[in-house]
Amino acid sequence: MSWTREEMCNIAAQELKDGYYCNLGIGMPTKVANYIPEGVNVTLQSENGMLGMGPFPKQNEVDADIINAGKQTITELPETSYFDSSESFAMIRGGRIDLSILGALQVSEEGDLANWMIPGKMVKGMGGAMDLVAGVKKVLILMEHNARDGKPKLLKKCTLPLTGRSVVDTVITDLGKFDILPNGIQVKEIAPNVSIDEIRSKTEATIIN
Amino acid sequence: MSSKKVYKNAHDAMDGILRDGLTILSGGFGICGIAENITEEIKKSKIKDLTVVSNNCGIDGHGLGTLLQTRQIKKMISSYVGENKTFEEQYLNGDLELEFSPQGTLAERCRAGGAGIPAFFTKTGVGTVIAEGKETKIIDGVEYLMEKAIRGDLSIIKAWKGDDSGNLIFRKTARNFNPPMAKAGDICIVEVEQLVKTGELNPDHIHLPGIYVDRIFEGTYTGKKIEFITLTE
Repeated sequence: MSWTREEMCNIAAQELKDGYYCNLGIGMPTKVANYIPEGVNVTLQSENGMLGMGPFPKQNEVDADIINAGKQTITELPETSYFDSSESFAMIRGGRIDLSILGALQVSEEGDLANWMIPGKMVKGMGGAMDLVAGVKKVLILMEHNARDGKPKLLKKCTLPLTGRSVVDTVITDLGKFDILPNGIQVKEIAPNVSIDEIRSKTEATIIN
Repeated sequence: MSSKKVYKNAHDAMDGILRDGLTILSGGFGICGIAENITEEIKKSKIKDLTVVSNNCGIDGHGLGTLLQTRQIKKMISSYVGENKTFEEQYLNGDLELEFSPQGTLAERCRAGGAGIPAFFTKTGVGTVIAEGKETKIIDGVEYLMEKAIRGDLSIIKAWKGDDSGNLIFRKTARNFNPPMAKAGDICIVEVEQLVKTGELNPDHIHLPGIYVDRIFEGTYTGKKIEFITLTE
C-alpha cells in the first residue's frame, strides 16, 4: 500500500527542522505546512516578498495586499517582514533559505530536476523555481513515483527541459523516500507493503541499496 | 519642493510620453500591486507594438491582460504567464513574442539596470534552456551564466503612499516587483492610493526614494481584486 498525499506531506514535514527558513512550492508542497511537528518553529518564505508567512485568512481577515507566490490570500504573523522581489531572491540565491520543497515532472539520478515545461504543451513559465533550486541549501521533491501512464519519473537522465542541474537532494514519492547520492539513488524509507523489488521495477534510475 | 512631479490623474501624468514601440517595465505580482490606472490610460491611448517587462501579464480582463485583449503588446519578458487565456491564444498563434526570464533573474536584471550594472553572473538556469546562447564562466570552481541588465523607456508603478517629492511607501506583498522596475526606466510614473504633502511621511519609513520617481498621482480605486481567495478551513 503506497503512501497517500497526506502521508507524503507528513513525511516531508519531518525534514523541517527547528529554526529553518523554508520556501514551499505551489500545490502539494504548500500543504506540508499543515504537518510541521509540534515544537518545531519554521519560518516560511514566499518569493513574492514575504518572510514569516501565516495560514490562510478567515473571511474577515482577507487582504488583497497579502498573497503568497501562488497568488492565494494568506495572513501575516508577529515576525513577518516584507521586501521587494530583488531582495527576496537575494536571500534565496545567497543561500539563506535552508530548504525548498517543490513538485517535479522528472528527477534524474544525478539530481537534475525537470518541473517547468512539457514541449508542445502551453508553457506557463518557471516562475521562481530555477532560482530556488540554484540557491537554497537543500531541495526536497514531492511527487508521484510514476506518471499517469505508468512511466517512471525517477530516471537516469531527464528527457524534459531542466529546471536545474544536480540540484535535488531528496525525493519523496508515494512509494518511498530517496536520497540522491553521487553514485545513484538510495532508498531511505519504503511505504507499507511496498517491496524494494516493486520500487526497482517502477524506477529507471540506478538504485544503490 | 518638487511639486512639479505631481499630476492630477493618469491622463495628465502620461502627457507626452506614450508612443508606439515603448518598452514598459511594470511592477506587480499577479494582480497584486499593479498600476491599474496607468494601464487603463495606456489602453485608452491605443499605442501599440509595446514590449512589456513584467513578472506576469495580469489575468483576462484585468491589469496587463487588458492590453493583450486590445493587441497592444508585441513582446513580453516574464517568468510566469499562466492564468491567462488571451496570452495563451496569442502566443500559440505566433502573434505575441515571449522571453522567459527566471523570477529572481528578472528582478535582478531590472535592479542591475537601475544601478548602472550592465550584466551579472548567476547560478540560476545553468544547464537549462535559459543558458542557451549566454556566456558562462567558472568562478571559484562553480559555473555561472551571464545575464544582461534590463532598462526600459517607461516604468509603471503602484505604491500605497507617496509624497509630492515622489518618496514611496508600499504595502505588504504589493511591493514585489515595483521597486526594481521603478529604478530601471528612463521615466517612472507612479500611482498611489494616498498622495500626501512632502514632510508627512517618516523619512525612515521610505521604501523608494523620490529620486527614482518622475511623475506621481493619486489613483482611483474601486476595491482591490484578488486572484485566488483562499480561506482557512
